[in-house]
Amino acid sequence: MLPPVLTVRDLVKDFGDFRAVDGISFELGQGEILGLLGPNGAGKTTMMNMLLGLVSATTGSIRIFGKSLEKDRIEILRRMNFSSAYTSLPGNLLVRQNLTVFALLYGLKDCRRRVRETMERFGVTELAERTTGHLSAGEATRVNLCKAFLNRPELLLLDEPTASLDPDVVDKVRTLIRETQRESGTSIIYTSHNMQDIEFVCDRVIFMHRGRLIRMGTPAEVKASFASASLEDVFIQIARGGDLEVAGVQ
Amino acid sequence: MSGTPFPAISGIVLRYLYLYTRNGLRAFELFFWPLNTLLVWGFLTRYLTQAGEGGASLPVTFLLGGVLLWDVQFRASQGVSVSFLEDVWTRNLLNVFVAPVRTWELVAGFCTVGLLRVIITVPILSLMAFLAFRFNIFDFNLWLIPFFGNLLIFGWAMGMMANAMVLRWGQAAEGLSWALPFLLQPFTAVYYTVETLPGFLQPVSLALPSTHVFEAMRHAMAGDVRIGQGLFLAFGLNLAWLTGAGLVMNRVLAIARDKGLLTKVATQ
Ligand SMILES: Nc1ncnc2c1ncn2[C@@H]1O[C@H](COP(=O)(O)OP(=O)(O)OP(=O)(O)O)[C@@H](O)[C@H]1O
Ligand SMILES: [Mg+2]
Repeated sequence: MLPPVLTVRDLVKDFGDFRAVDGISFELGQGEILGLLGPNGAGKTTMMNMLLGLVSATTGSIRIFGKSLEKDRIEILRRMNFSSAYTSLPGNLLVRQNLTVFALLYGLKDCRRRVRETMERFGVTELAERTTGHLSAGEATRVNLCKAFLNRPELLLLDEPTASLDPDVVDKVRTLIRETQRESGTSIIYTSHNMQDIEFVCDRVIFMHRGRLIRMGTPAEVKASFASASLEDVFIQIARGGDLEVAGVQ
Repeated sequence: MSGTPFPAISGIVLRYLYLYTRNGLRAFELFFWPLNTLLVWGFLTRYLTQAGEGGASLPVTFLLGGVLLWDVQFRASQGVSVSFLEDVWTRNLLNVFVAPVRTWELVAGFCTVGLLRVIITVPILSLMAFLAFRFNIFDFNLWLIPFFGNLLIFGWAMGMMANAMVLRWGQAAEGLSWALPFLLQPFTAVYYTVETLPGFLQPVSLALPSTHVFEAMRHAMAGDVRIGQGLFLAFGLNLAWLTGAGLVMNRVLAIARDKGLLTKVATQ
């Protein structure tokens, strides 16, 4: 067995008196795609932000590539990347300019070639000379993914990458993610409120609720343990269930 | 572009070069305000000179020196703060913070942008001052270097403080961040001597490196020899301010990571 890419132990995040993430532990294997699910406010984004070093952990530990995130953040970030529906590349630059800037920020060799190749991979070559702020949501998502794969990350965090896209584009984007992942062997953590997305893309899922890990397993395992036909059902049960935390915790 | 030295800093600077070369209005904005100030103060100088005994009296031409040097500090500070705000406004801040960019590299990139703004606007202002008002900045000779250097460093330190404020207090602090250099302007003796200030404000004024530069400028224009001492003091104060700004920035970053402010300021 290859060593895990990511090891999270007893992770807790308090914002003042409020506990947003409550004792989460899990591992992510190499080349694995892990879905992070849960109702609004479950703590998914907070969890991701902690993995990116944007939010510090109150207690617990995060090790990425066998290194401590606290101590070797920059070195780790060099081999990671991130994309979210809630961030964007500067709208006032051209797509090519934005990607060139990020190629430099990631310290890539031969920036121009890397930018060109990544744009080809994501089918956005024809958008290169377009103003980033004028792209449609679907085009912007593909350009964001370009930025996210620019440094050929070994670990990629995607926070609702398909939010606000139409079903056709959602389907294209997740196929693109899945294919690129197969080629590159990138490990991915993926949040989405779209259960089809999750079932299509993810090898394993974690259900969170009020900061706690409710259930972890393959989509099939999770469905079976809730005697549900779909992840949607599981989701609704978890979101509405009062005493689930007792019943559901493994 | 392979093997760029300091790639992260180059990346930050390149972004602003792209921004300013793509947008003519932004380039225009770079010149509009300083030119505006220069004209107002220049004509005021002329008026005061004519209204007085005639013949350019020294205190009046001090004003023009003040305008030019003030712009160095203001541009440097603005370069640092606007670079950061630009990332906030374009919701790009998280992308930058999750890139493998060290805090000092980020700050160095912003400071370089500040320096570029100075390098672009000050020569043009100086030329205008000469053509319109016969004010020759090269009369300062080599003193120009410590004048500019000190004001540049203090501008950087202020820009860093402004950024720390925005990170700590969010959008509410943005207006203040813009205005920070102007909040200090009354106390830093740009257009008048320190003695003009009420006694209790003088220590405040003397704690600002820029005050000593403006005083030295007036000494130089008056043919006074007591120039070097003040500039030395300015440099010492600058080291203290820069260190202070660095510590504040680091502290605010730690608070921001604890309270989750980076994501708040980035997505609000
Ligand atoms: N910086 C912060 N300060 C205080 N509370 C916060 C902060 N960030 C998040 N929270 C709170 O922590 C909880 C978890 O938020 P988080 O954004 O992680 O949820 P999420 O699972 O991503 O939700 P969504 O599905 O809506 O994106 C929420 O109750 C939120 O209000
Ligand atoms: Mg979220």
